[in-house]
Amino acid sequence: MLSQYLDAELPESTCEEIRQHIHRCPPCVQFVESLKRSIDLCHKYSSSEVPRPIRQDVRRELLGAYRKMLSARGRASGL
Amino acid sequence: MHQIDDDVELARDLLSGKEEAFDRFLDRFRTKIFQYSYLMCGQREDAEEVSQETLLKVFEKLDQLKEPENIRAWVFRIAKNACLMKRRKSIFAPERELSLEELIPAGDGQGVERKLQLADWSALPETQALNSELRTVLEQAIGELPEIYRSVILLRDVEELTTEEAAQVLEVGTDVVKTRLHRARLAVRKKLDGYLQSARG
Repeated sequence: MLSQYLDAELPESTCEEIRQHIHRCPPCVQFVESLKRSIDLCHKYSSSEVPRPIRQDVRRELLGAYRKMLSARGRASGL
Repeated sequence: MHQIDDDVELARDLLSGKEEAFDRFLDRFRTKIFQYSYLMCGQREDAEEVSQETLLKVFEKLDQLKEPENIRAWVFRIAKNACLMKRRKSIFAPERELSLEELIPAGDGQGVERKLQLADWSALPETQALNSELRTVLEQAIGELPEIYRSVILLRDVEELTTEEAAQVLEVGTDVVKTRLHRARLAVRKKLDGYLQSARG
């Protein structure tokens, strides 16, 4: 429920109830804040490893697959 | 423009055969797929292979994408299935698979225990990008989650797919996504909290 609260996925009345409770409870304030910060860190995360630059032969293979798909699609729709 | 609109437009351009969209798609999705696969598989080489296999399948089968709106879910579903084929041991994997109960102690998140000591999260810089130490801790926290939880937190919180998109990728209902996501978040929060406490102490 807390996650849905933070994702704004709950009806306003339920959110209000949660807010009311949380504000009266300091450990809850602290806990919710830490959960929120933890989610924020995931949003900001980018991996320590990045993919190697794409090899030209791989790019050609992918482009070939793309063109083939397009021409099959063109034939299927009678273009 | 919102990111998802950009992706949908990109899918439309690709489908209508605008070739410049091919490189735009590679630029945009190659790193995302790699990042997702890297944390799912926990092996750099596997992530490279998964990215390549996923992209090949995407271009081969793009005509099967009925709704351009579903592009992100469709691409990540292909990536997820490619990851499942890799069975090598992840560098993030614990010695034995931990259950989520071991990762989230009882009481955490369901009424905070009075005894529960929380770290001082306000010490974390709010705007700055993650420093490398924190990034490593986060990678470990996500990497040691059981696979069903790892997948959902990567899709929802790292790649920022919607609940509905994540449900399509994982082939489960939206309620399952919400429940698993919350449990995954609690486990990751817990791990980061432990790190912050030890960093402070």
